Amino acid sequence: MEFSIYDFSSFTAWIDQSLRASMSPGLALAIEMLIIGVVILIFYAIVGLFLVYAERKVCALMQNRLGPNRVGPGGMFQTIADLVKLLFVELVPIKNADKILFSLAPYIVIIASFMAMGALPFAKGLHAIDLNIGVFYLMAVSSMGVVGVLLAGWASNNKYSLIGAMRSGAQIVSYELSVGMSLVTIVVLAGTMQLSEIVQAQQYGWFIFRGHIPAVIAFIIYIVASTAETNRGPFDLAEAESELTAGFHTEYSGIRFAFFFLAEYINMFIVAAIATTVFFGGWMPFNVYGWEGFNKVMNLIPPFIWFLGKTGALIFLIMWFKWTFPRLRIDQLLTLEWKYFLPINIVNVLIMALIVLLGWHW
Amino acid sequence: MMEKSQLCAALTTIVPEAVTVEGKQFAELTVAPQNLRSVIGRLKEDPGLSFDILVCLTGMDYGTDLGVVYHLRSYALNHMAVVKTRISDRENPAIDSICSIYPGAEFHEREVYDLLGIKFNDHPDLRRLFLDSTWGYPLRKDYKDDVNIVLK
Amino acid sequence: MEVKEKKVGLENEEYIINMGPQHPSTHGVLRLVVALKGEIVQRVEPHLGYIHRGIEKMCENLTYQQIIHLTDRMDYLSAHINNEAVCLTVEKALEIEVPERVKYIRTIMSELTRIQSHQLFWATFGMDLGGLTCFFYGLRDREKVLDIFEESCGGRMIVSYNTPGGLMNDIHPNFQNRVKEFLKYFRGVIHEYDDLLTGNVIFQERSKGMGVMTKEEAIAWGLTGPTGRASGFSCDIRKHYPYSAYDRVTFREILFDEGDVFHRYLARMEEMRESMNIIDQLIDNIPEGPYTAKMKPVIKLPEGEYFQSVETARGELGVYIVSDGNKNPFRVKFRSPNFVNLAPLNLMARGSKIADLVAIGGSLDLIIPDIDR
Repeated sequence: MEFSIYDFSSFTAWIDQSLRASMSPGLALAIEMLIIGVVILIFYAIVGLFLVYAERKVCALMQNRLGPNRVGPGGMFQTIADLVKLLFVELVPIKNADKILFSLAPYIVIIASFMAMGALPFAKGLHAIDLNIGVFYLMAVSSMGVVGVLLAGWASNNKYSLIGAMRSGAQIVSYELSVGMSLVTIVVLAGTMQLSEIVQAQQYGWFIFRGHIPAVIAFIIYIVASTAETNRGPFDLAEAESELTAGFHTEYSGIRFAFFFLAEYINMFIVAAIATTVFFGGWMPFNVYGWEGFNKVMNLIPPFIWFLGKTGALIFLIMWFKWTFPRLRIDQLLTLEWKYFLPINIVNVLIMALIVLLGWHW
Repeated sequence: MMEKSQLCAALTTIVPEAVTVEGKQFAELTVAPQNLRSVIGRLKEDPGLSFDILVCLTGMDYGTDLGVVYHLRSYALNHMAVVKTRISDRENPAIDSICSIYPGAEFHEREVYDLLGIKFNDHPDLRRLFLDSTWGYPLRKDYKDDVNIVLK
Repeated sequence: MEVKEKKVGLENEEYIINMGPQHPSTHGVLRLVVALKGEIVQRVEPHLGYIHRGIEKMCENLTYQQIIHLTDRMDYLSAHINNEAVCLTVEKALEIEVPERVKYIRTIMSELTRIQSHQLFWATFGMDLGGLTCFFYGLRDREKVLDIFEESCGGRMIVSYNTPGGLMNDIHPNFQNRVKEFLKYFRGVIHEYDDLLTGNVIFQERSKGMGVMTKEEAIAWGLTGPTGRASGFSCDIRKHYPYSAYDRVTFREILFDEGDVFHRYLARMEEMRESMNIIDQLIDNIPEGPYTAKMKPVIKLPEGEYFQSVETARGELGVYIVSDGNKNPFRVKFRSPNFVNLAPLNLMARGSKIADLVAIGGSLDLIIPDIDR
């Protein structure tokens, strides 16, 4: 392969072999897991901090203002300052709250987003685990966050929180379907659920280009539905600050609030990363069949840059949604899903199956 | 649009039980409290007057009497009239509510009840609007508040 | 007409939530006790009085010049128009004819006040519906109006520019240029308002057919201002009972038949454009002359009672002054538009969702200090 200089599989294999050479396989596995855990944790924190900063700047751009510009160059350290503040802020105890569930909820939310991170292929060979049911796993794990949201709403002993949590439950359960169906459309095209193979299949054309109109429809539905699934505007009904003050996390403060806040941004990263992997070729550079010179230049750009770049562009799109659209109402939200997205999706999968069967794709 | 004198003449014929005088600005009717609702009802229903809007409902404390002043307006015919009524009972003042005629009077009457203590019979939901039940009736002239009102 | 079935209580299986007095969508200390069944609003009951200052009682111990400054604090977005209402009442009682220059300036200032009020409405209404960006665009343009106020009046929001008989001081020499500059600028950017919100599908879905008041209902409840006019009730005081220089200008009374949230919004949007047209007609023709009529330092109104209505940005503000011939009024009553417009909230919101309640509340453009006074 032409871009083998950026192949991480030999690097990871070398770490694995050197560990196994010096110790028992069980210990080696444990150390590997530890390394991966630490690496993902660090990555998680960096992405979180960066996205919060990016959101502020994007929001400021949309709203005709400057955004944070005091702490550090261009306000770079504003998020860190906020994080420090959140760490030291008091955890306000809530009267009559269900203490265990109340404390548990933010961890469930953050663990759900944490688990999804492991399966994402950041570059060739650079993923923690390459499941053969990668797409399925990601969907399963990312929908676990709703449990935390529901718990948070229930345990807070706050009426606004409960309404927010119930909204969130209805919303995520509904939109999970659309996310799943739109990914199934691509799974049909790719013929596999393994993320690395899906990426590999897009070497000479991303699925969004190869899959004709059904892939484009699937992408549009996916990006809308995943915005809804991450509880972001215009689908932020669970928070809906003008209606429910802050929805399910009204009563949370300090680091617990920070967990919800961070999980929102990481979830946004995850849905954008899935979209990148499935529709836009993951870490694959933009190659056009036959344009050798162009392809060579494209291949020089490292794959993780490609991956993060594409993900970043999609995140920008999702942020753009939030800062331009007013919020939907709960019945409109469900109507959109059950009356429009779901039927369109089912037909879309069928068309895609037909295309694959007749071999009309390229 | 009727002239004020014409309007007064029309008012005298339609609501004879009210005393109609030509005020500085508007035609002014003085009504006994027991006739109030029927007078205002007729003012609204009569096609020649058609006072369709209750502009303002003011509770008054005249010192000896309490009173309620209604400003009525007809946008269709472009005229205004003022209906006044006086209640001499300061201890337990009551008057008929006009919510059944102008639903918009509900809040106005609650406000008057709150600030002047005038009860409105048949009001759908007569509770204090701004103040809690421990307050007196601050718009009355004999209201005393040693803390909040400093008399010069 | 039935107004309410029963008191809010826990006897039924209802979910009572307290919106306010501290709540992001009530724009002040309005407290709404909302009875819900799921998401559906069963009953809304406003609880008022959190910012009740007893302005009417205070007025009884103040002179007429002093009252002006209290009226600023009622509907603080229509501060100038409120001032004007009291001044007009006092002038009417004293039978003073104010100079032409004053009339023109008052009208221009009133219309500028209306524009900035509707800009803030647009900004906060967008925010109520979850479109946070609107807030910044609305306030960006509102600043420019406030700058004009600052230059001539000294104050930005609480202007207290009027005084019985005229104005506190003359307009700034730069006033006309600034206003013309602003009009040119605002005509250029007002399409952004429509791009961002009016044309948005989600916004239209959210606001069309919500909180409908028919014309009959609007008249029965006495709704005025853009809220009443969106229901087709022609209630513009500027048109029906012209004051100041409104009889010298031609303008359109914005009327719609639908009476829903969207058309209340649209009425305000159109009113901004009409206000600009009004200012256009006046700004170049401000006559020369004194900025105030000759007034005695102590104003004593002749015995009697006086009523004057003006059209604020939210509807009809009536000032009812009863005088016993002293330097203090015997009784002052403000018929505030927000107080009246709030009353049918229960009727409008019943049966809709929580989100609609916020939209309906936003579309009434309530200013709580004006309700409580």
